[in-house]
Amino acid sequence: MAKNSTRPVVATLDGEDINFKRPSQTKEILRRLRKNKGAMIGLFLLICIVLVVIFADFIAPYEAGVVQVAENKLAPMSPEHPLGCDSYGRDVLSRLVHGARNSLLVAVAASISSCLFGCTLGAIAGYFGGKIDMLIMRALDIFMSIPDLLFTMVVVAALSSSIPVLIIAMTLAYFTNYVRLVRSGVLNLVDQEYVEAARAGGSSSARIIISHIIPNTLGIILVNVTLNVSSLVIYQSTLSFIGLSLPAPAPEWGSMLSSARVDMMRAPLLVVFPALAIVLTAFSVNLLGDGLRDAMDPRLKN
Amino acid sequence: MAEERIPLIETVDLKKYFKVGDNALLHAVDGINMKVYPGETIGVVGESGCGKSTLGRTILRLIEPTSGQILYNGDDITQYNARRMKKMRQELQIIFQDPYASLDPRKSVIEIIAEYMIINKTLPTKRDIFNRAAHLMDVVGLARRYATAYPHELDGGRRQRIGIARALSVNPKFIVCDEPVSALDVSIQAQILNLLMDLQDEMCLTYMFVTHDLSVVKHISDNIMVMYLGQCLELTSSDELFEKPLHPYTQALLSAIPEPDISMRNKKIKVIKGEVVSPVNPKPGCRFAARCEHCQERCHQEAPELKEVAPGHFVACHLCDGPI
Repeated sequence: MAKNSTRPVVATLDGEDINFKRPSQTKEILRRLRKNKGAMIGLFLLICIVLVVIFADFIAPYEAGVVQVAENKLAPMSPEHPLGCDSYGRDVLSRLVHGARNSLLVAVAASISSCLFGCTLGAIAGYFGGKIDMLIMRALDIFMSIPDLLFTMVVVAALSSSIPVLIIAMTLAYFTNYVRLVRSGVLNLVDQEYVEAARAGGSSSARIIISHIIPNTLGIILVNVTLNVSSLVIYQSTLSFIGLSLPAPAPEWGSMLSSARVDMMRAPLLVVFPALAIVLTAFSVNLLGDGLRDAMDPRLKN
Repeated sequence: MAEERIPLIETVDLKKYFKVGDNALLHAVDGINMKVYPGETIGVVGESGCGKSTLGRTILRLIEPTSGQILYNGDDITQYNARRMKKMRQELQIIFQDPYASLDPRKSVIEIIAEYMIINKTLPTKRDIFNRAAHLMDVVGLARRYATAYPHELDGGRRQRIGIARALSVNPKFIVCDEPVSALDVSIQAQILNLLMDLQDEMCLTYMFVTHDLSVVKHISDNIMVMYLGQCLELTSSDELFEKPLHPYTQALLSAIPEPDISMRNKKIKVIKGEVVSPVNPKPGCRFAARCEHCQERCHQEAPELKEVAPGHFVACHLCDGPI
């Protein structure tokens, strides 16, 4: 058998060439995703938001969002200022559109980096167990014993506020969840026979983690990432509320929300617009995340 | 025999103890000596928890042995480093008991079969590997249209065929079959057993067949080892064991095989009394003593050694000490 199998004819069935080169999983996932209405709505909204982020300069000028104009103070909606102006006379639409850049960039980047960092640590802790597990988990306990906000404040205060620093600070505040989540997922999986089967085939630990364990924990990870994007937008607004986010005139959804609070009675719409933007982003990311999780699991095919 | 045959696999006083608490050791495999010759099948039988699966996994070093040697063609593989062991894994394979748990649910059939070949780079290109995987599907009797299916879409027998194809993909010499048919229903059991036996003839494979099903083991094995609490109680050829079982435990096991014969309906089955004693820090003496109907004073004090009482027939029992 081994002899004639070195150079066999290309596998044929009914004279037709079958491509056994990976049955295109991406295609399959996309096909299943397309059938999921919620995910498609989420994807559509997200694409809209991303387009807004990319073409922000064409939608509304940046200057109108940062330059304070006294006579425009709390101006109502008008053709010139479609969403009105805030208490400093800055165009709300401009701030919203340009704020999307800052808010989303930080939230998405921090979400991804905390996921990568946390998942790696969690996978290592769960897979190797024993002393390594002990070491990582106890270090994590120390991390978690410090309140998130305090921790972020220390980091931002030490390194001064900028986008990269915010991303690092928020990553450190959020990665702990992933470690625990992935560790418990991995603990369930390492005893599975297919992991042992991989080892029997000579698979290295790294390969087992990457090709068997991560894909099988992807469901819980994805849902967490999408939930985190929205909570990070809100977390960032908390930071700007205590003055730790981007420096003052820079537009950002969280700070818009907190500054609008002062004039909530006179101009309630000022609160509504940034809040709506945050909710819409969170909503679309969550929908897409849910859909992706289902689409990636071949067991839920039908 | 003119020249002495070299066993393909030989274990020398192989032990695996699990630590279960302070000063408590679970003796899962306790001093097993066995030899498996090329092309032969050794059946390992015993009740649940007697360490037969652990033995299989320890021989493949999926579980590291506590002590003892595992010789492959006379070479001790317990001393191999990770690199050599990885190469060795191509020679030593395993077919798992549960075809539901042993296949990654997120990989398609062809990917599962190709996995070992990709890990070990046995063929130069991916195309060759997938072609060979498709060829292996033919070998184990799996229609090629299932190549892109996922394991959960197939029944138990087909899944087990995937597991067999995966094990064969690296051209192993020795395969541990860890109860490969116990999770399947009877009609499919026979198919899988026949497949395994055909493959053995074609590829000159050597099997270690772990099972609790005596009728299965009789069907497939050349030699049979009866295990009880991590130790070997009796080891002999398959025919001899069924004709002339010497150990009281083996006798009881054999009498418990259900026979499809109406005249045997009233035959008394020799039921073993009592429970298996704990494998944690076992007491000295014969492990089976507490349940043995021929138990004597001596059995509680000293452990019987495995002795050759007839050519090729090894028993560990004080009753068989004298000539039979």
